[in-house]
Amino acid sequence: MKAEQQYIDLYHQCKAMIDKHSAEVMNGARAKAFDDFCAQGFPTRKVEKYKYTDVGELFAPDYGLNLNRLDIPVNPYDVFKCDVPNMSTSLYFMLNDGFYEKELPKASLPEGVLLGSLKNIASTHPELVARYYGKLADTSKDAVTALNTMLAQDGFFVYVPKGVVIERPIQLINMLHSAVDFMTNRRILVILEEGAQMKLLVCDHAMDSVKFLSTQVIEVFAGANSMFDLYELEETHNNTVRFSNLYVHQEAGSNVLLNGVTLHNGITRNMTEVTLDGPGAEIKMLGMAIEDKQQRVDNNTFIEHRAAHCISNELYKYVLDDSSVGAFAGKVLVQKGAQHTSSQQTNRNLCATREARMYTQPQLEIYADDVKCSHGATVGQLDENALFYMRQRGISEREARMLLMFAFVNEVIDEIRLDALKDRLHLLVEKRFRGELDKCRGCVLCK
Amino acid sequence: MLEIKDLHATINGKEILKGINLSVKTGEVHAIMGPNGSGKSTLSNVLVGHPAYEVTKGSVIFNGKNLLEMSPEDRSHEGLFLSFQYPVEIPGVSMVNFMRTAINEKRKYMGLEPLSASEFLKLMREKRAVVELDNKLANRSVNEGFSGGEKKRNEIFQMAMLEPKLSILDETDSGLDIDALRIVAEGVNKLKTPETSCIVITHYQRLLDYIKPDIVHVLYKGRIVKTAGPELALELEERGYDWIKAELGE
Repeated sequence: MKAEQQYIDLYHQCKAMIDKHSAEVMNGARAKAFDDFCAQGFPTRKVEKYKYTDVGELFAPDYGLNLNRLDIPVNPYDVFKCDVPNMSTSLYFMLNDGFYEKELPKASLPEGVLLGSLKNIASTHPELVARYYGKLADTSKDAVTALNTMLAQDGFFVYVPKGVVIERPIQLINMLHSAVDFMTNRRILVILEEGAQMKLLVCDHAMDSVKFLSTQVIEVFAGANSMFDLYELEETHNNTVRFSNLYVHQEAGSNVLLNGVTLHNGITRNMTEVTLDGPGAEIKMLGMAIEDKQQRVDNNTFIEHRAAHCISNELYKYVLDDSSVGAFAGKVLVQKGAQHTSSQQTNRNLCATREARMYTQPQLEIYADDVKCSHGATVGQLDENALFYMRQRGISEREARMLLMFAFVNEVIDEIRLDALKDRLHLLVEKRFRGELDKCRGCVLCK
Repeated sequence: MLEIKDLHATINGKEILKGINLSVKTGEVHAIMGPNGSGKSTLSNVLVGHPAYEVTKGSVIFNGKNLLEMSPEDRSHEGLFLSFQYPVEIPGVSMVNFMRTAINEKRKYMGLEPLSASEFLKLMREKRAVVELDNKLANRSVNEGFSGGEKKRNEIFQMAMLEPKLSILDETDSGLDIDALRIVAEGVNKLKTPETSCIVITHYQRLLDYIKPDIVHVLYKGRIVKTAGPELALELEERGYDWIKAELGE
């Protein structure tokens, strides 16, 4: 219990301070989360879900926290130069794990939409938030979720009422900014009522080269026939550790697209759990990781088909260079009543060196008898014949490799339903492969 | 243009070429024929620098330069082109992107500015006409889902784009129906100038009805065992290779 102890001590010592700078709804969930955290401890690698990431080791170092919510004297609107320009989004910031609200975008949101700091909205609309907060993110089943629930003081909140469509994509930039090694715990809660629609782009950036450890828990409630896109783009640096647990609950006829892109990172573990809880719900889950040096990306996904006529499509692609390590574990569970389920899971990986490692683990568990399910996983190298063919036409080996790697991940980018983001990602991925994107370029501080 | 002297080459330690001597002058068309397994494809692969083959002896001079010292891409920039027997499918890489990269790398090598997007598309349009390549194909990924005939047509289209000095056509006729064969051969003939040379590797006379060789060679067991005029191809068509084996005392 060595790594856990410092968090247990921290909670005991600072509980009053944590509560003071948060909201009642969030505080109300802490005691149980704390008990669940103590009961579980950090999962060892013997726990199947955490086989590829040593959680205890990553949480063991001493990181600073800002539980007292000291003001960070930075205006993100001034320092941040967006990596996705020409994209008309409503831009919001999280500075470390606090929502930045001294200045907000001018574009007005449709009537009835509630958007902003989770802490504030939990105070002004406690019943609404309490109805959803922590309802998907079960603290008894995951120690990281428990720890996040114990410590998180703020985050981002969106509520889209019935039938309301937010046309302009919402962009949320998470900026990590600290002079010392630093830990952040943030929370995102998204509620779409029946027929509501929105697109959310969440970008992770690190402004300083210190070590960062961040936990993130996202809960998404997609009401009947709602439509929701979530794009997550991580562009941090080699000293960053990220744990993100995303929970999605879908009702009948809802359509959700999740696309997680790891462009530059240190160690990342993303867990995604989706429940298809009403007939005709559809989920498209995409992921992509480009890794080199010692970077690690571990994506763990779980899709539960609880209702009939639901569709799930999963596509994850990794390009691993140097001695980077990738892991993908995807489980699809089709419950007894979920007839006419259509489910497809694909994981394809390229190892560019002999030292790069990929672990892939597709799993299907089916209890219905009239379903169409498939899964496939491949790990391979670049096609030598294609490389030579291109070189014969005068394309240098370096360029040919790049074109092939680019072609490989393109499939994931092409599924993006935001054209400006798609174009921008094409460019960012190209720069990444050319080695021009060696660290976060998101802010002027890095330059 | 091309001077091959006593060329020996191996793959996986096995010697395939056992002393090739061949001289191709500017403007000439040479045909290389020979039974299966005689080393024809090995010769073309070695000339373009395929990394699986190792040259153990001999020299190849191409327009005064030592070809064997060059990377495959530089050989291409110097004007060497291979029409592959089995063109490779490259899913996800568009023909446009592929050709533009190839053309601009060559231009860079020659010290020229890259072509603008509109200049490039104009060039594509012009050259597509040479082999009647459908615009739809040009917009797809390289060779992906192309029929056998379309792939070979695409090879000649790329040849038209790159304007090589020496083209090697490795069994370009294999897998082609009569119409496709005619279109491909006519494409090659349209591209022929007094400044360019061509090596045609084939099993059959029928391609040589369209692309008239000046000189015909027979490759057998890694050596060129007979060289003569175009009439040799006709004779081979009629009599097969046994009489040559007999001449060699086999």
